[in-house]
Amino acid sequence: MIKYAWLIPVFPAVAFPIIIFLTRKVRLLSALVAIAAIAASFVMAVGVLREVFLLGVTMEKPVEYAAPWLQIPGLLKIEAGILIDPLAAVMLLVVTLVALLVEIYSVGYMHGDPGFSSFFSYLSLFSASMLGLVLANNYFMIFFFWELVGLCSYLLIGFYYHKHSAARAGLKAFVTNRVADFGFMLGFFFLFAMFGTFNFRELAEAIPGYQNTGFLALAAALVFIGPIGKSAQFPLHVWLPDAMEGPTPVSALIHAATMVAAGVYLLARAFVLFASLPGIMLLVAYVGGFTALFSATIAVAQRDIKRILAYSTMSQLGYMVMAMGVGSMTAGMFHLMTHAFFKALLFLGAGSVIHALEEQDIFRMGGLYKDMKVTASTFIIAALALAGLPPLAGFWSKDEILAAAFDHGFTGLYILGTLVAFLTAFYMFRLIFVAFFGNRRAGLHGHESPLTMTIPLLILAVLSVVAGFVGTPFASHGFSTFVYYGEPHHVEPNYAVMLLSTLVALAGIGLAWLLYGRPSDVPEKLATRYRSIYTLLVNKFYIDEIYMWLFRRVVLGLSEAFNWHDRHVVDGIFDGVGDLTRISGQKLRFLQTGNLQTYALVIFTAVVIIALWMAAPVLGGVIQ
Amino acid sequence: MANLYLLTVEILTAALGLGLLALGLLVPKSDRRGIGYVAAAGLAGLMVAAFSMRDASGVVLGGYVIDPFGTYFKILFLAAALLTAVCSFDYVEKMGFNQGEYYALLVLATLGMMVLASSGELISLYLGLELMTITFCILAAYHLNDAKSAEAGIKYVLLGAMSSAILLYGLSLVYGASGSTVIKQIGQTVAASGASPALLLGTIFLLAGFAFKVTAVPFHMWSPDVYEGAPTPVTGFLSVASKAAGFAALVRVFFGALPDLHNFWVQLFIALAVLTMVLGNLVAIPQTNIKRLLAYSSISQAGYLLLGVVSFSVLGIGAIMYYAMLYVFGNMGAFMAATAFYNTEGSDEIKDYAGLARRSPLVAAVMLFSLLSLAGIPPMAGFVGKFYLFMSIISRGYIWLAILGILMSMVSVYYYLLVAKAMYLGNPPEGSRPVRVAPGLQVAMVVSLLVLFILGIYPTPLTDYAMNSAMSFFMP
Repeated sequence: MIKYAWLIPVFPAVAFPIIIFLTRKVRLLSALVAIAAIAASFVMAVGVLREVFLLGVTMEKPVEYAAPWLQIPGLLKIEAGILIDPLAAVMLLVVTLVALLVEIYSVGYMHGDPGFSSFFSYLSLFSASMLGLVLANNYFMIFFFWELVGLCSYLLIGFYYHKHSAARAGLKAFVTNRVADFGFMLGFFFLFAMFGTFNFRELAEAIPGYQNTGFLALAAALVFIGPIGKSAQFPLHVWLPDAMEGPTPVSALIHAATMVAAGVYLLARAFVLFASLPGIMLLVAYVGGFTALFSATIAVAQRDIKRILAYSTMSQLGYMVMAMGVGSMTAGMFHLMTHAFFKALLFLGAGSVIHALEEQDIFRMGGLYKDMKVTASTFIIAALALAGLPPLAGFWSKDEILAAAFDHGFTGLYILGTLVAFLTAFYMFRLIFVAFFGNRRAGLHGHESPLTMTIPLLILAVLSVVAGFVGTPFASHGFSTFVYYGEPHHVEPNYAVMLLSTLVALAGIGLAWLLYGRPSDVPEKLATRYRSIYTLLVNKFYIDEIYMWLFRRVVLGLSEAFNWHDRHVVDGIFDGVGDLTRISGQKLRFLQTGNLQTYALVIFTAVVIIALWMAAPVLGGVIQ
Repeated sequence: MANLYLLTVEILTAALGLGLLALGLLVPKSDRRGIGYVAAAGLAGLMVAAFSMRDASGVVLGGYVIDPFGTYFKILFLAAALLTAVCSFDYVEKMGFNQGEYYALLVLATLGMMVLASSGELISLYLGLELMTITFCILAAYHLNDAKSAEAGIKYVLLGAMSSAILLYGLSLVYGASGSTVIKQIGQTVAASGASPALLLGTIFLLAGFAFKVTAVPFHMWSPDVYEGAPTPVTGFLSVASKAAGFAALVRVFFGALPDLHNFWVQLFIALAVLTMVLGNLVAIPQTNIKRLLAYSSISQAGYLLLGVVSFSVLGIGAIMYYAMLYVFGNMGAFMAATAFYNTEGSDEIKDYAGLARRSPLVAAVMLFSLLSLAGIPPMAGFVGKFYLFMSIISRGYIWLAILGILMSMVSVYYYLLVAKAMYLGNPPEGSRPVRVAPGLQVAMVVSLLVLFILGIYPTPLTDYAMNSAMSFFMP
């Protein structure tokens, strides 16, 4: 099975043209093709994971299959290949599983949409790109798929392209990511210049012995810009909240398994590059920690259900990046996995609510629990998992991150992480108490969604409960002896950390209940009292406005100047060159007279000229 | 007895050509379309035969060399001939002359190219060249009722004869100076005794003769006129296969017999490459006829291929081989699209292509992607081909030449996209019908399109094959 792992991205990649060219008109068949393809990938991913166990593939002894793609002996070698280690195997499983459930869910959600077939074709391409990224064995290839993921996100976020805001959001995501990708690209070109290879394994062998840490740090910092963009870290996070303009299943996919996970995955793949550079690691840890806190505070004041979830994703991604930064690749990947399940569930649940109500403002919802029992109960399970209550999935992975921060001596980040845990529990249960309990506020009645939508919810709910058990410190062969960097370490349960994070989560839920669990005017009073803070939070710290201001004043101002320069100087030169080229073409064509004798004459003249040109040195004996 | 089994492909090709000639006489006029099918099937079978002999090597009758290099080119010629045959079914039927002869000539021209690519001896090389040239004269003039076609035939006969004379003169000078017609022995003599003025003059004449065949500037002037006048499928065949054959023979003679003079001839090839790339691309810009545009584009492609000769390395030969193969599909793709268009519209003017994307998405797409491949835009195969050609000269230190090549490729994007602009942004004329394409031609177009994508996305098997075949030239 592991030999054929390259087929995993191929199935959905093939589904894409099939849907576009063949089954577009038959909607259900299109969905079926897409689902069958991703299901095949899922089965393969399970098989690969099984063989990784059976064959004893470890982080030190990965399986690699590669064929040269472009090569010039001694100058350049670019491979097309796959690298399978436990990291990739786990990721494959998560991506295929979430993508499969999202696609099944979409059959119900997108029912009746005019773009039904193209939606499924894009989803297939999106999954294929992400799976290719996961399997890539070198920087060049991972960048190729990285860009494809970016392109697909553009297509899907802007899926309702006739809606102005959606088109803008797609563009924003694409442009922001392009900025980040450029840094990433420079970074791995630097690595190539230093080591002459793109291959992860060859680099992993070469990097630890490299002396010039200055260049290495530069390359690492540039590579890190990629994840800052893709995984929506401060300050390139602005695209993610807007990305909810896409259809909700796409948000689920982007936030759980594909797009944003790519950045964290790259950090794990390139971990050897960062691990040797304490300064860069510190940067990574603080960027992650800051993003976690920053976006959790914003989430507290949002009213739009998808926006709350979007900021929550950013905050959780911050956790993962922070985990990488404090040196625990295990904790970061573990949280990525559990988060994928419950965040997909939250978005799909939100989609189910939106599908029923056509409303996204939680303060216009209320009492939904009575109408939508399945959606509501699965949503609550996911929220509990996200809040980090034992024994749900989120508890174990979050605990591992906090424990890692604590053990490695990052006390500041540990306190910050605990604070974020409190905020997370608070904003999630604010959402739940307001939307699912209490009175129906705007007279909106929910109704339960069809089975194609609720079954994925139930499966994800089960996973949100159990997925954490693979990594509890109480199980001897947990996640940490499977996916790790350096030495596999056995995590000792840190009861103090566990207890504190549980208490903090409970406190967050309690506060949410006090403020929103029953009719009360406290929230309004608070909002009025701390007007300035509240406004700051509602407006997301004005980051978008700052960027727009910068963009208008600085970028547009500069571009005006450049524009003038461009039009009058550069264009002048290039138009000149272009005209010269065109005109010389027009003049030169008159050499072609159509006259046979002329042609013959030209040939003879040419031979004579060449002979004379060559004769001079030959007669002088220069040749030899 | 000589090991004649090495000549299987050549013998079978000759048999196919003569068989088709006989069929043309035996089959009643109404059924002659079938001859085309026989020709296509035969060529496909020959391709299989040639492919099965890809590793064979040996010398037959003292001077005829079978090696992977030659066999690679034979596969290439057969692929081009097959695409041309498929492309010709409707076209030839419309011209209404003896179809058996047409296909027989096609196959015999292929035989000439095979001999040209495999000859390790100057006389048989010349025979192959003449077999190819004379059949092409007839094919170019095959459109009997068309004055332009007749003009093309006449021009090709006269200028072809002249270039043959120059080449033959060069061959005799080389023979006179080295005392042998066998390429390998010439190489040994030259290595031992050095260059004499007669040998150098012979080299110049050889260069002029081959430059004519590969349409290098300033020996290219016949090609736009002949390309425009000849029947479109023939033009396609002429532009890819005869050019590739010219390069195969050029490499064999210059790398096989005259490697010790490479300091001398490399500068000549640099001059030719520069002139060819610059003039071919610049003059392509103002063209309004698709066949003339493709003619100039094809001249410029010869300029890029000459870079491989300039590099004088395994990488260079491998790059020529790879580029020649993808060029078959890129250029034939464009010519097939042009043929399909001509079959229903009766026009070769670019302005008539306006709005083609809406009238026939397939024809427009094949034209577009073929042109993009010729321009060297990834992920099309042309990108990989140019990448290797440019790398081959960069590794030799001719960075300025690579930069010139890249600049000229940028110019080429402009005129290729002018065609794309007409097809995709122009409005189809009032009352225009969809362009109908025969199923066989459709299949051939889709196949060549797929090949362009596959060779662009996963080129390694073919590049490895080409590089390995090229190795033999630099082994002692």
